[in-house]
Amino acid sequence: MMDAKLKQESPPDMARKEGMRLLARASFEELEAAWDALGEKPDVSPVRGPETGLVMVRGRIGGGGDAFNLGEATVSRATIRLSTGEIGHGQLLGTDKASARLAAIFDALFQRDADRAAVEALHRQIASRIEAEDRRSAEETAATRVDFFTMVRGDD
Amino acid sequence: MYVAVKGGEAAIANAHRLLADRRRGDRTLPSITIQQVVEQLGLAVDRVMAEASLYDRELAALAVRQARGDMIEAIFILRAYRTTLPRFGYSEPVDTATMKVERRVSATYKDLPGGQLLGPTFDYTHRLLDPSLIDDAAVEEPALKEPGEHVMRVSDILDGEGLIEGDGRMPEGHIMGDLTREPMEFPMARDLRLQALARGDEGFLLALAYSTQRGYGRTHPFVGEVRIGEVEVELDLPELGFAVSLGVVRVTECQMVNQFMGSAKQPPQFTRGYGLVFGQSERKAMSMSLVDRALRTDEFSEDIVAPAQDQEFVISHADNVQATGFVEHLKLPHYVDFQAELDLVRRMRRDYDAARTGSQDGMKEAAE
Repeated sequence: MMDAKLKQESPPDMARKEGMRLLARASFEELEAAWDALGEKPDVSPVRGPETGLVMVRGRIGGGGDAFNLGEATVSRATIRLSTGEIGHGQLLGTDKASARLAAIFDALFQRDADRAAVEALHRQIASRIEAEDRRSAEETAATRVDFFTMVRGDD
Repeated sequence: MYVAVKGGEAAIANAHRLLADRRRGDRTLPSITIQQVVEQLGLAVDRVMAEASLYDRELAALAVRQARGDMIEAIFILRAYRTTLPRFGYSEPVDTATMKVERRVSATYKDLPGGQLLGPTFDYTHRLLDPSLIDDAAVEEPALKEPGEHVMRVSDILDGEGLIEGDGRMPEGHIMGDLTREPMEFPMARDLRLQALARGDEGFLLALAYSTQRGYGRTHPFVGEVRIGEVEVELDLPELGFAVSLGVVRVTECQMVNQFMGSAKQPPQFTRGYGLVFGQSERKAMSMSLVDRALRTDEFSEDIVAPAQDQEFVISHADNVQATGFVEHLKLPHYVDFQAELDLVRRMRRDYDAARTGSQDGMKEAAE
């Protein structure tokens, strides 16, 4: 069922999905700054939330086997509608409902041709920050890699 | 007759006021912030998240502060908080193979793809108290190096040779259980046992794991690998028809490789125990994987000869919120119960004394 759905994902869905991934990782300051930078503020009405709840995080036995329930995580989500009809969803780990609402607004704006470029710029900004953080973390970890050397028992 | 007793409201209110005062401590010192707890007592925060079974660093830090550093109290508070929230759904299973690895060590292979990455470990420190921390001496920035190749899973290396059992599969048609939705029943399937172990008390699991090493249900373990890092959590959104990422959580995973099993039908191969825990906690993940393997007696037709192999014993006592609730309730008023027992023992004593006096009188008479 899930696999069938995944296969049906069209390229615009993939772009939206990637955008939602990035919006979930955005800080409130990043979202707020992007909102403040919007020339014309959209007319937003709430559909659901913003609200905080739980998602049961699942793992796989042995790392790749059947699923089991690892434990829950807090999640905040919001769904909004723009006056032009687009529906946006925002969902992210944690209890930051204001960020979830702004993420939903940017998800909706992403679907509107006139605003897409601005949202894509926000996506790029978040992506480059995450990339820099991950890069730094990977470099820190790499510096702790063990270089083994063998003590050669020479004949002389 | 049951007699209800009231009273103590003022005492309780004042006790809680006193608790708040002691929690705050010396007012001339600055109060610690939640962010300070998250940043500087991160492993305490991780333990609270793991055993409360709720991933939220800020809320766990708040619980640690509110509980004055009492870990089980903090876990209790966070566990209670989660019952106030609605459940939005179940995530897609996290993929630990694509983890952004911050530490990975293997005790079975020296040279393996990705290498031995020590990360921020206490290992190889001398466990000497560091007086320089008193004066808050400046801390060096971490060293940096060019990252290497993908950090391959050790179980995949052995799996390629067919020398190790595969990742765990549940029997055909098995429906994944959820401890937070159904009461515990024994025998308990492995998926539910793993959920219980993942939120089990670290000290209890550590002691059980240690007992298997000392011969109480020997499993001959090697750490195939321990890895710590961030994994992405995805949730399927039915309204969109695809799964979206909610962000990342840090987890610790342990692949324990145990001595071989084989039968007439199956060639000898290594067996496995699995540990997965919220946050950075390899002691807990390692203990979990040892206990997971010890509990798989039914799969390998092993005799249950030790506590760590007894799933009812292990799972029923692993939850420290339940355990502390039942142990600590003993200090609450039991006045009526105790009065009843006191009456009983007085009656028994009267009967005892009467019987003794009677027999002594008899003996006296016989002597005379």
